[in-house]
Amino acid sequence: MRYYSYFPGCSAESTGLGLGLSTEAIAAPLDIELVELEDWNCCGSTPYGSLDDEESIVVAARNLALAEKSGFDLVTPCSSCYVTLAGANRHLQERPKLMTQVNEALAVAGLEYKGSIRVRHLVDVLYNDVTPEFIAGEVKNRLDGLKVAPYYGCQLVRPRYGLDDTEHPHTLDDLVECLGAEAVNFPMKARCCGGSLTISEEKNVLELTRKILQSAAQNGSQCIVTPCPLCQTNLDAYQSRINARFRADFKIPVLFITQLIGLALGLEAKSLGLDTNIVSPREVLDYIYNRINYVTTHPTEERE
Amino acid sequence: MTTFLDEVKATPGGEHILACIQCGTCTGSCPMASQMEYPPRKIIAMIRAGKRDEVLSSNSMWFCLSCYMCTARCPRGVKPTEIAHALESLANQQGFRIGGTSTPSFYRSFVSSIRSNGRVHEFGVMVKFYLSILPELILHPVATIRMAPLGLRLFNHKRLPLKATKIKGRQDLSRIIQRFREVRSSS
Repeated sequence: MRYYSYFPGCSAESTGLGLGLSTEAIAAPLDIELVELEDWNCCGSTPYGSLDDEESIVVAARNLALAEKSGFDLVTPCSSCYVTLAGANRHLQERPKLMTQVNEALAVAGLEYKGSIRVRHLVDVLYNDVTPEFIAGEVKNRLDGLKVAPYYGCQLVRPRYGLDDTEHPHTLDDLVECLGAEAVNFPMKARCCGGSLTISEEKNVLELTRKILQSAAQNGSQCIVTPCPLCQTNLDAYQSRINARFRADFKIPVLFITQLIGLALGLEAKSLGLDTNIVSPREVLDYIYNRINYVTTHPTEERE
Repeated sequence: MTTFLDEVKATPGGEHILACIQCGTCTGSCPMASQMEYPPRKIIAMIRAGKRDEVLSSNSMWFCLSCYMCTARCPRGVKPTEIAHALESLANQQGFRIGGTSTPSFYRSFVSSIRSNGRVHEFGVMVKFYLSILPELILHPVATIRMAPLGLRLFNHKRLPLKATKIKGRQDLSRIIQRFREVRSSS
């Protein structure tokens, strides 16, 4: 059993509910214990850093200080939380003066941060600690034949925290393939979906989201998977707006990587929050369950 | 006297701006460059030329998606994404009014939700943001009405709870932020 401090991120309770539910659901079968950081606050995300870049660091630092008490690595499934918390951590570790100022501020709440915590993305933990080999061994329903477009988005792989290549990443591809599924060729897999600007600049960024759906659809994928709750919302909830605006006909379910892993582990769709997906994942589920029926009724063929 | 360049250099991530060789890799990599008044390479040149008002009143940095493509590709380690955040912060703190984009209003709605709850309450952020751009919404009633199904779809899929989650330590968080402002201004 491996232990981590767990930072769900605000969206895990709302727009990214499926991510929160499926992350918690797959933890036990994968032999990891996610200890939720007590009374965590929002990481600040891009908006806080854009209105006050220094103050945003102190907001993130309260979480780092809370996590330091346990000493476990701080893990988040949200790419925005990851880049924000890891960025604040790096600034504090590299800038002693800022660290002193931040600690003076944290002291009013009886907190202190020494700079010893490692901030990690859940994909990093799944890939490097749990490992695709271990996951493959726990798979109950192999997803053979399922074509999946692994969408990394931006903040899982950039700026550059050494997890993966910044433009041609492979970690999600490997996680998809260890489940038996096929990771399709997907040239847009690490391009930006429009981020939070779909809210304030929708007319200017929807084209970016469209290109990603187009790239996934062209290569015959039956679904997209991503770890990022903002990417998932843009690709899933905005899909019908993209269809209306560009006279397109996309109907691609967008699952969290944790939901796909959960299905392969044999967990129930409901426990993985698949009822919160807006573009219905029904065809993906039918594919998986029909395959399970086929395998159980044709045991000999499967062995060949 | 502190120059504009010094101000930018003093921000988290702005310290490498002098390493820029004006190669334009950042602009070529930016998915939003065509929407910006001044694309990234030019903004960096303008900062170094001391054009404070032109830079801080422009819409350029508010179009930054934080995709970090420029930062990953910069051959000189300049970190244009962090410079964009620094410019947004300076423009915001120095009271520059930005025309032609509602992103600053959106960010303010977002941050005010963090300051009052300790967490982001997405429904509350949306309500506050739409109220802040109300005149624009009234000018485009059809587009506004077309937004409703999106919110409804999220709500129907349990993804837009109406009730905010408030953390126990939200007073602590306010006091930490307040104290940080005092420490910063006295240093």
